[in-house]
Order: sequence, then structure tokens, then C-alpha cells
Amino acid sequence: MTVRPAAPLAPATAAPSAEIVLPPARSPAAIALRRGLSHGGFLIGAGIVGIIVLAALAAPLIAPHDPYAQDVSRRLIPPFWHAKGSAEHWLGTDKLGRDYLSRLIYGSQISLLIGLSAALISGVIGTALGVLAGYYGGRVDAVVSYVVTTRLALPVVLVALAMASLVGGSLKVVVLVLGLLLWDRFAVVTRAATRQVRAQDFVAAAKAAGFGPVRILAQEILPNILNALIVVATLEMAHAILLEAALSFLGLGVQPPLPSWGLMIAEGKPYMFFQPWVITIPGVALLVLVLGINLLGDGVRDITAPEGRN
Amino acid sequence: MLRFALRRILVAVGVALTVSVASFLLLHLSGDLATAIAGPEATGAQIAAIRAQHGLDRPLAVQFGAWAWQALHLDFGRSFYFPEQVTDLLAARLPVTLTLGVIALAVALLVAIPLGVLAAFHRDTWIDRTALAVSVLGQAMPSFWFGLTLILIFSVNLRWLPVSGNATWKHFILPAVALGYYAMPAVMRLTRNGMLEVLSSDYVRTARAKGLPPRKILIRHALRNAVIPVIALAAVQFGFMLGGSIVIEAVFSLQGLGQLAWESIARNDFPVVQAIVLVLAMIYIALTLAADLLNALLDPRLRA
Repeated sequence: MTVRPAAPLAPATAAPSAEIVLPPARSPAAIALRRGLSHGGFLIGAGIVGIIVLAALAAPLIAPHDPYAQDVSRRLIPPFWHAKGSAEHWLGTDKLGRDYLSRLIYGSQISLLIGLSAALISGVIGTALGVLAGYYGGRVDAVVSYVVTTRLALPVVLVALAMASLVGGSLKVVVLVLGLLLWDRFAVVTRAATRQVRAQDFVAAAKAAGFGPVRILAQEILPNILNALIVVATLEMAHAILLEAALSFLGLGVQPPLPSWGLMIAEGKPYMFFQPWVITIPGVALLVLVLGINLLGDGVRDITAPEGRN
Repeated sequence: MLRFALRRILVAVGVALTVSVASFLLLHLSGDLATAIAGPEATGAQIAAIRAQHGLDRPLAVQFGAWAWQALHLDFGRSFYFPEQVTDLLAARLPVTLTLGVIALAVALLVAIPLGVLAAFHRDTWIDRTALAVSVLGQAMPSFWFGLTLILIFSVNLRWLPVSGNATWKHFILPAVALGYYAMPAVMRLTRNGMLEVLSSDYVRTARAKGLPPRKILIRHALRNAVIPVIALAAVQFGFMLGGSIVIEAVFSLQGLGQLAWESIARNDFPVVQAIVLVLAMIYIALTLAADLLNALLDPRLRA
């Protein structure tokens, strides 16, 4: 038996005013899209991240010069807004005469690569821990909480530096070290989200239907904590990008001649008193990228929040 | 409360033990210490000699036992690089880092709490939005770059403050701002949300209905309750700051614990690195324990 409240009883004679008007049906995706388009922070964040991702992907096409090509006769040319700027090098050149704009564009590949891979590794570790703790509770929860507390007590920058130094700093090592260190927030957030979802009726129904824990975790729990997961992933991406820059700045992260933004700031530091733009340009690039990712994450959180809650 | 405190202290001791094992293993498993100390040109015999000299040829469990037993008595052995005992090195550097941390925390709280209160009081106005923008910007700012930029503005252009070193109190201002700015957003948001919650509570409404002046309500009724969780957060942030000060100390050439750690990592001085990791971890554990106990003391609901 079906009940259809909107169907008029006598279609031919019923006055239009007697019809029950249902709100137009919208899919969750359509609602999210509508909210996204009216959320300023989300739009700005998506715009910034979109442009930087495009620049990273199209780097070989849009970079005006080879980022590694040195030219000692054209060292430390200032950017275009200076009187001594050059039309050939919009953002000037570094101490080895390498084009700064080209290095900046290629540097975005490094930041994005490290942010994405570190967030992926730490996301897998943290989500596994958090979901297990949230779903099983009790002893499992206690053990996971203990592991998270222990991890939080270790000073991240120091431990990352020490590990990178022992293995030898490189892009791969930075990704691994950060991936293995930054899973704490993933674990904390997915644990809380899983506890909420676990209390829902559909999980009880799946249990009653005789489904095993693997299937319940994969099909009932994971899809429902995905929004929370995306928000943490953006935060941790931003965190990893900032940490990579710091490690590279201290000389134990990405190694020269790779154009990591943190490394560019380290290489520019001896010249910053007379050519301040050598540290300003990569610094602003970092700031803008991290700001964009954070705005995107905050936006996703607001947009996916249930109606009326922000 | 006593049962909660005992359980929480037990967990803290356990975590402290686990952290010491972890920091020990991290350094002993991520590479061969003897080879790293000997350098790239050493022969096999030289590496073996160094291994025997530092006792690195003993089983790991024995090495850990000996190290942990000494560490418990605040003896971290001898530095590979300096002639001094590690403990003496740490004792000389810790005050600089602690001073930096305390000033940075003060800067963060002095900016964040008034800003959070203002934002809550003027919710959804331009003041609120400005405070939000400042906090979003703070989370995105690379601290070492912010430090360099502060040097450019206040030391090079305006010539108000010294560039680097730790000779006078003036040397601590810029690094403290650079370090404190990073902790500010979290404190600001927590103050704002706490104030919003308190301002909509019944007892504040009662106080308003009694006709108390707004300033009195704000300070005597609202702020006092909103600030409790902020104190706990500040303790945790202080722990994070001590760990993060390594970058800031490198930028400003402050001769603190972080600078010592950075240099020791570069010259493979493992006893020093290990001791600093351990000391920072212990300070963090003690701070979070104090924060948890304080919160539980003030809010019985947390004693579950």
C-alpha cells in the first residue's frame, strides 16, 4: 500500500489551491552545490586551490623558463614592480640566475604532491585506528586513545627532523615521515564520527540482518563519515605543506636543486636584507596555498553540516 | 575526583614510558648510529671501534635499560660533540626556550582572549569577521617566514628591534610574536565560542534582567566561565610551542633548546637529540595532565 499525499483525489474538479505543494525534490548533491555557490569562503578557497592545481599540472606549458637553468650573468634580478625589473623574468631571478616565476610554478607541484601523499598515508593510518576505536569501543578504544596520546606527546618537528636526518633528507623521506606522524587528528575525528554513526538504526539493522563487521564498516560506517574525513584531510594537507616548508627551510627536507618553496626561502635568507622579495614571493605563495586549502576545508564542513547547523 | 585523578596520572606515567621507548627506538632503528657518527669515510674497523666505545654493540633492550635508568636520574650521558654532560647542556639552554615560550604564550593570550570576547559580543558584525579573518590567516602563515618578515619590517626597515640573538629582553619580542601568532587562532575561536555559549545562558540573562551594567556582566559572570577551557587549551598550546620553537630559534639564532636540537641533529649528536625529545615530551605530558585535572576539577561532567 502506498500513500501519496500530493495526489489530488478528484483531478478534474479539485481547485488548484487545495493541492498540497511539496517542496521541489533536491538531491543531497544539488543541496551541497547550492550551498557551496553561496558560501564565500568555499568559493575563494576552491578558486585558489583550483588555480594552483592547474598551474602545477600545466607547469611545463606555462613556465616561461627552465626552473633549473642557471645564468650567472643574470643573478638576483628584481621582480617587475621594481624599477630595475626585467620583462623577461617577471618575478626576477635567484642567486644562481634561475627564473623565479618558473621555480615558483614548479614548486607548487612539490607542495601539492607532499600535501596529498602525506595526507593519504596519515589518512589511512588514522582512519583505520579511529574507525576501529569508534566501532568496537571498550578495550580497542582505550588502546587507540593511548596510542594517540603517546603520538601527541612527541614533538613533531623535532622527531621529523631527526628521522629525516638519519635516513637522509629527500622528497620521499619527507612524505613518509610526515605521513607516519600526522595521523592523530584523523584518528580523533573519525573515532568521534564513527561513534555517532554506530548508534544509528541502520547500523543496528545491518547487524540484525547478519552482516559481518567488515561489511558494516565498509558499507555503513565509512560512507557516512566521509564528510568529516574530507575536512580533516584538507587540514592535514595544509599542515603537511607547512611542515615540509619548515623542514626544507632547516635543510633536512627536500634537497636542492628542487624548487621547494621552503627551500627557496632558505636559499634567499642570506640576501633578504637587500632583496627582500626573494623570501616574500615564496612565502606569500605558501600562505596563499595553505589559506586556500583551509578555506576549502572550512567550506566543506559548513556545506555538509545538517540543515540549520553551522 | 580522586579516582579520576589517579587513573589520569597512571595513564600519564604509562604514556611517558611509551614515549621514552618510542624516542629511543626511533633513533636506533632509523639508521645505524655508529656509521652515522663515524662519517662516510670511516673503515669497518673504525665503525666497530665507535660501536664498542659508545656501547652500541650491546642488545637494544640492554642499551635502553641503561639509558632509561640513567635518564630517570636526569643523567643523559655525555654528548658526542661537546665535552659536557648532556644534562648540563640542556640546563644551560632550557631557560631560553622556556622564556620564549612564556612570552609567546602571553602574546597569544593577550591578543586572542580580548579578540574572542569582542567577536562574541559583536557577533556577525565586521568585528567578528575581522577576528575570524585574522585567525584564518594565522593558521595559514608559515611561522619561519612570518619571523623573517617581522625581522624585515621591525629590525631592518624601522630599526626598532634587534635582528637575532638572545642578549636582552628586546631580542625575545619578535620571536615571541612569531611563535605566539600560531597558537592565537585556536585560543581566539575557543574564547569566542565559549563566550557565545555563556552569553546565551540563563544566569547571564538573569544578571541582565537584574539590571547589572554590561561590563560587570561581561567580566564577573561571562568571562570567568568562558575562560576555563581556554586555560586548559593554553597549557596544551604551550607544550606545542616548546616543540615548535626549533624553527623560530633557527630563524632568530636564539641559543635555546631548539637551536641545540637542530645543530645536534646536523652533527649526529644522538644523546643530545634523544634527551631533548624526551624532555619536551615529558613537559607536554605534564602540561596536558595538569590541564585535564584542572578541567575536571572545575567541571564535574568531565570526570567520567
